[in-house]
Amino acid sequence: MSSEKFQLEILQELNKNGSIESTLETYPEVSSQDVISNLKSLDAFGKVKFDTIETVYYDISTEGDEILNKGSYELRLLDLLAKIGQLSLKAKNDGLEMTPSELKLGQAKAFRNGWINKTAEGNLEIKQGIEKGDLKDETKNQLLAIKDGKHDTIDNKTLADLKKRKLIVQKKTVSYKVTKGTDFSTDLIKPETELTSDMIASGSYKDLKFKAYNFNSQGPLPASGALHPLNKIKQEFRQIFFNMGFTEMPSNQYVESSFWNFDALYVPQQHPARDLQDTFYLKNPLTCDLPTDKEYIKNIQAVHEQGAFDSIGYRYNWKEEEAKKLVLRTHTTSISAAMLHQLAKDQKPARLFSIERVFRNEAVDATHLAEFHQVEGVLADYDITLGSLIKFMEDFFSKMGVENLKFKPTYNPYTEPSMEIFSWHEGLKKWVEIGNSGMFRPEMLESMGLPRGLKVLGWGLSLERPTMIKYKVQNIRELLGHKVSLDFIESNPAARLDEDLYE
Amino acid sequence: MPTISVYKNDLFALLGKQYTDAEFDELCFDFGIEVDEDTTEEALKTGAEPELKLEIGANRYDLLCIEGIAQSLNEYIGNKEAPVYKTLPATTKLFVEPSTEQVRPIAAAAILRNITFTPKSYESFIALQDKLHSNICRNRSLVAMGTHDLDSIKGPFYYRALPKDDFKFTPLNQSKEMTGGEIVDFYNTPEQKSNLGRFTHIIQDSPVYPVIFDANNVVCSLPPLINSEHSKISVNTKNVFIEITAIDPTKAQIVLNQLVAMFSRYCDEPFAIEPVEIVSEHNNQSRITPNVSLRTMEVSKAYVNDALGLKLDTQEMAGELKKMSLQAVQSVKSDDILEVSIPITRPDVLHPCDIMEDVGVGYGFNNVPKDGELSNSTFIAAPLPINKIGDIFRESSSQAGWVEVLPLTLCSHDENFSFLRQKDNGDKVVELANPKTSEYQVVRTTLLPGILKTVKENRKHTLPIRVFESGDVVFKNLALERKAYNERHWGAIYVGKTSSFEIIQGLLGKVMQTFRTEWIADFGKKSAGRGYWIEEDVSNDTYFPGRGAKVIFRSKEGAEPIVIGECGALHPEVMNNFNIPYAASYVELNAEAFL
Repeated sequence: MSSEKFQLEILQELNKNGSIESTLETYPEVSSQDVISNLKSLDAFGKVKFDTIETVYYDISTEGDEILNKGSYELRLLDLLAKIGQLSLKAKNDGLEMTPSELKLGQAKAFRNGWINKTAEGNLEIKQGIEKGDLKDETKNQLLAIKDGKHDTIDNKTLADLKKRKLIVQKKTVSYKVTKGTDFSTDLIKPETELTSDMIASGSYKDLKFKAYNFNSQGPLPASGALHPLNKIKQEFRQIFFNMGFTEMPSNQYVESSFWNFDALYVPQQHPARDLQDTFYLKNPLTCDLPTDKEYIKNIQAVHEQGAFDSIGYRYNWKEEEAKKLVLRTHTTSISAAMLHQLAKDQKPARLFSIERVFRNEAVDATHLAEFHQVEGVLADYDITLGSLIKFMEDFFSKMGVENLKFKPTYNPYTEPSMEIFSWHEGLKKWVEIGNSGMFRPEMLESMGLPRGLKVLGWGLSLERPTMIKYKVQNIRELLGHKVSLDFIESNPAARLDEDLYE
Repeated sequence: MPTISVYKNDLFALLGKQYTDAEFDELCFDFGIEVDEDTTEEALKTGAEPELKLEIGANRYDLLCIEGIAQSLNEYIGNKEAPVYKTLPATTKLFVEPSTEQVRPIAAAAILRNITFTPKSYESFIALQDKLHSNICRNRSLVAMGTHDLDSIKGPFYYRALPKDDFKFTPLNQSKEMTGGEIVDFYNTPEQKSNLGRFTHIIQDSPVYPVIFDANNVVCSLPPLINSEHSKISVNTKNVFIEITAIDPTKAQIVLNQLVAMFSRYCDEPFAIEPVEIVSEHNNQSRITPNVSLRTMEVSKAYVNDALGLKLDTQEMAGELKKMSLQAVQSVKSDDILEVSIPITRPDVLHPCDIMEDVGVGYGFNNVPKDGELSNSTFIAAPLPINKIGDIFRESSSQAGWVEVLPLTLCSHDENFSFLRQKDNGDKVVELANPKTSEYQVVRTTLLPGILKTVKENRKHTLPIRVFESGDVVFKNLALERKAYNERHWGAIYVGKTSSFEIIQGLLGKVMQTFRTEWIADFGKKSAGRGYWIEEDVSNDTYFPGRGAKVIFRSKEGAEPIVIGECGALHPEVMNNFNIPYAASYVELNAEAFL
């Protein structure tokens, strides 16, 4: 029967009798799924109203059927004992009328009913004074009642017990009581689901009925591309830098000389950061050239070896070969150094930044990867003070929604003063280190030929760490690298550094 | 940064105050050290003595033991004056022989007379030597120190270098006499490899080994490896002979100074050190060590005030410096000049900027006025041009329904070559010397391995998988200063039940459109203007035969067409090599072509 025909039939039945008391009785041949889908569709147009009627009934299981036929295990056991007198449970008991599992079930129930005893030898026998003829087979009688549809006469505890013994199976029928709806009529005008361009053009929408929307639904999400969450955060940072007048540095240079990565930054040649344990060195190519600015190289050698520009130096033999070793840059400050060296030719205030990959030869764990991104800002200006730098840091971080900063003295070979930047994390209820900052050392800047009055502030933070804190990512490998889940990328919200995520 | 364990109760006793956690955190924060861990709670359970693990600056060797931390904090909070170190008359000599030039040419020594150790101060003395060895001494390679019971040996001492089997002695904590060669062999055994075996490489291949003898030819030590059992010190030792051997004279001096500065406090006459005359004519290193006198540095007050945004006078500035163990007085030379005396505990002070910072720490970084003005220069912000190109690729691919991925740039050699059915001709890839795992052998020259690894990890994702990356690859170029350069690439893949090359072809067209680059039919012949086309490339084995192509770009009319990338259906072996049970098409372009 088509839906349309069935719906018409329901409407005519209602028209005739006013209501349908039970769809199951009126339409026993229609499946309950068909009934409900057609009722819902009639209901959606106000044609009918309906209530659900659930009826519970029980089927007798195969095991239950056997009891109906042969009697319960406990009575069958009594029959057996009446025949053979005593029964040893330890014996094999082959060839009896009952299986071992039936014997087990029967003896448990018979014991509980007080029908049998255990002899001193551990054998079963009928208890004195028990006459089999006097006993009622309760289980069988209950099953008979259920079979006749009279389960109402049996209490719930017994029903539950029978269910547990797997003698009966609970079943449910669903039927519906149907009455006329507010828009009842016997014609089946199919309400429209969609407003169409034709309806608008012809004006037919004015006379049509429309199916109600189900607003309690999400709707299917569109198939779409997505940008990577870390790059979205990077974009936010870039925007902050652009807004503050910073120009992006050419940091697309992963392979770096030890000179720019270390020596130019006044990191002595025996510094632990230059260890094989921490830095990736190259074997092919192995070494590189030094910058062509001979004066600069001379200054660097002097400032490391015996001191220059008011510094006493590190007082060791600086070796060109060490500076020529190629590494994967361990920070983007190597690029900042090269940029500042260029600035010496045109000594004016400058604002530079980069957000790029850096490399550390570290053991990989939940917070460390061999590669990560460094956010770095460089600000060169005349006559700036520590206070103006602190104020600038507060401005910068406030643009990413981080207020309430505290500065801790720290050590960094190429900055003095050096300050770790901490912010109060409302969610974690503690001070969290969010970055590092400092004024580049005169040994570094004056070697390049920059004038003494030009102070340079540098600061840096990792891109991954604030992202992990912000979005509660526990493992850096779930954020960067090939193990990141595409579902995570696809479903990630817009990156809004200023959005307060504390919960 | 080094982390130092100190007993919490002992430190608070030395500071004369039972600090709360918050108070002590704040003190450390302002001074510039950090409480890494406090074992108080754990100690309650185990019955151990509670410890603090303090993270200190890598240039502050004077903070590597509880004695130094307490001394500095006491000066910082105004409890104590800086100690005045002095030297007693020298009573013995150390002769440095020219043979040591071949292996470890520098030596220094000192004596701590009439010292009284407690079990804890003795433990601290040993621990400081370990800390110095692993930090400034670079695992004993630059400097090594040995400490001996002076009452078991007799000066003058001789530092000479000998062939490895020309001397023998019983090493510390051993019972058998061995020659130098046998000792190195012994410490190279697997059981010792992670212990003293870590240092054998410093001398083992040298033609001669460095040895310190006493006046009676008794071996005191085989630096930088091991002392002799004979001169072993203990908690009951009264007179300590310290010998230093080194290849770096500056660091040798720093190490000796720290040891005597920290532990001379336990001598009958605190902070008095008996020096040793070093006789080393051949290399002009004859001198008396240690030299504990203060060094001075002149600092302009205006420089300090300008840098910090303060207006401190001489007295105020000297007050802040006193908290940091530095003494400052007005110079007679000029009103603006302060003469700052720097004790042996502060070798980190290299430049007036270090003194400026100490004034800042004394004053408090968080107390300086925040009213300094930055320059009014108008700054014009600008993105890096290649990043702008990269962003156009990223936006257009994500708009077309592709998902951006961010794999690592390091990969294995196989992933970059043989897994892609490519050969390494040795002319383009940059190789790492010391990776910890084979995952990081080279810097990628194509985006494909990272994209395929990402697909592999996500192979349970609904098909088709469409991902892209805009990122850098690195090529060798020996003509450049740094011998290598980055190149921005864009790569996109379609992975599904079928290779569906036309989908990748379509994406390429869409992306090209955003760069004002139309497809030109007939392999570039249909029009003479700007545009692109693709041509079969039989030489590229990454793709299935007959299904790989080059992407060719002509930037304007009359310009020479250039190959800017490749595309095609990936070879089934490539898919198998990356354990991806699907078919795929791929395109990769050099983004720099659009600069």
